[in-house]
Amino acid sequence: MTMGTIIWKEMKERPTALIASLLAIILSVTALVAIRNVTIFSEQEVAGKLDELGANVLILPEGVTLQDYYAADMHKETIPEEHVAELALAGLTGVEAITPKLCVPTKLDDRNVILTGILPQSEIQKMNAWSGGGMLFKKHEGCKAKINVADENLDAPDSLAERRALQHLNQSEVLLGSDFAASKGLKEGDQLQLLGETFEVLSVLPSTGTVDDSRVFAHLHTVQRLSGTGPVVNIIEVMGCCEDVANGLVGELQSLLPGTKVVTIANVVETQVSINRMMTNLSYLFLAILVAVGGASMASASFANVIERRREIGTLMALGATPRFVTQLFLAKAALLGLAGGISGYVLGSLIAVLLGPVFANVSVFPVPSLAIVAATVAVLVTLAASYFPARQASRLDPCLCFKEV
Amino acid sequence: MLKLESVKKVYCKHQDEVVALDTTTIEIARGEFAAIIGPSGSGKTTLLSMLGAMSAPSEGRILLDDVSIYDLPIEQRAEVRQNKIGFVFQTFNLVPYLTAIENVQVPMMLSQKFRTEQQERAEELLGTVGLQDRLHHKPSELSIGQQQRVALARMLANDPLIILADEPTGNLDPETRDQVLAFLRQFNEEGRTIIMVTHDLSAAECARRTLRLSEGRIQAGSDQNLLKTA
Repeated sequence: MTMGTIIWKEMKERPTALIASLLAIILSVTALVAIRNVTIFSEQEVAGKLDELGANVLILPEGVTLQDYYAADMHKETIPEEHVAELALAGLTGVEAITPKLCVPTKLDDRNVILTGILPQSEIQKMNAWSGGGMLFKKHEGCKAKINVADENLDAPDSLAERRALQHLNQSEVLLGSDFAASKGLKEGDQLQLLGETFEVLSVLPSTGTVDDSRVFAHLHTVQRLSGTGPVVNIIEVMGCCEDVANGLVGELQSLLPGTKVVTIANVVETQVSINRMMTNLSYLFLAILVAVGGASMASASFANVIERRREIGTLMALGATPRFVTQLFLAKAALLGLAGGISGYVLGSLIAVLLGPVFANVSVFPVPSLAIVAATVAVLVTLAASYFPARQASRLDPCLCFKEV
Repeated sequence: MLKLESVKKVYCKHQDEVVALDTTTIEIARGEFAAIIGPSGSGKTTLLSMLGAMSAPSEGRILLDDVSIYDLPIEQRAEVRQNKIGFVFQTFNLVPYLTAIENVQVPMMLSQKFRTEQQERAEELLGTVGLQDRLHHKPSELSIGQQQRVALARMLANDPLIILADEPTGNLDPETRDQVLAFLRQFNEEGRTIIMVTHDLSAAECARRTLRLSEGRIQAGSDQNLLKTA
């Protein structure tokens, strides 16, 4: 027989009161954990995207609305290709690559395909060299990242998938997205006809899980010639070495290239970031609700419990229970309820997050064990705080109550 | 053993003072069986709660083995109740959600005895009061008489020297009442001091000494005279 036996048996005796006081705690913790869980994975998703894409800046025609970073070049508006030369000659620091792109929809054996024209870096580096070398492709002052400029020896065609830039590409060569190559059974060295011209497959790009997997990449000038668009591009991607560069470049580029829209990756993920911010605020709101509703419910249940058990408390005191024992009896029960509520809320909240995260936030969510500690700690603290005054009231009851009919 | 020195208890209610027990000096020796009789509101329960270290007197001192119990800190007073005093209540006051054996274990748990010791002693005590086959029954599954016997076993758990009984036969049928009184007599013969508050004059006859309380005052006189006037 221990204090735990008394607590456990008393809770089993009055399950309705127990469930009522637990419910508010469980629901609040569930909401808190579910929101926090989705937010964590959503933030990780954004951070992952930022890491994956580097500190990119997109230069788009002014009227284009950016919906998706990977499909940012999928529009019909264009900007002059001469902007690429202006960029190369402008002496921008901390830039690893400049990739202009032009997208043309076409067909191969009745299958729709996007033929994307890109300009290899070797040609841009030549433009820069004409300007005397400039600061392009050089590390900027105070850069925290390692600048990663491709050169003839290091850069393989596959790097287009990873770095979104390519060092060399002949006018008769194409690179194939992995899905496209698989669907057509094409491999390196094969030949194919696009827009009436025969190309040799330089390489099949590794899978990226993006729209690039179903594209065909050719030299920009070839695509311009075959599609008859003239010297224009849909987008210019600028790869900075770090986010500082991207932020610094925006102002410079906007003044350098009027009539264009300059967007950083931070802008691209702004919606997601603002959703994350909103969800973080929501989780604080649910924390406040947990404290207010859960605490009030627990306090009210504890006061009712003390009143209901006055005679029993008086008897325990007559049998030798100290005020400290009585206080501990009620606080231990509260802590137990808080722990049960916190853990149940964590399990339920994690389940909801895992099931609904992909639906509502478009991210894969997994349970976060550290949230169990947070949930249990918060719930226990709330129940302890809510039960403190009822417990103190119980410890101050007159033991002579045991002689009375109450 | 138990000594009341000029003890007075006054309750204040809405600026009115109610004298529950007027200045009283009595001594109860070790091994005595004293009955406190008197009409309702005469101060019997007040006297019992003061003797039980649960309600401090407004004036005077209560000495248990020459120690003034109300000069002790509250935690030590609880220890006195744990180890030296056993209570028997009119309505038994068993914890409703605990079984008979668990109810008997409560005082031992409070005095921090080991679980095995609690278990063995509780079984032994319930056997003593004839409830060895009701160890795991809750109070609601026991008859009134059985409940009072569980309460008696619980009272003996920490082997108290003093037993304070508040109307112990008040709720019992004649047969169970006789059983309970027989147990009290037995406990007294074992050397325990018993102070029993009762309305039941025939129960009071079991005591060796009778104190009559009237309007907060203890009346002196022979036991037979007091019982007659009660």
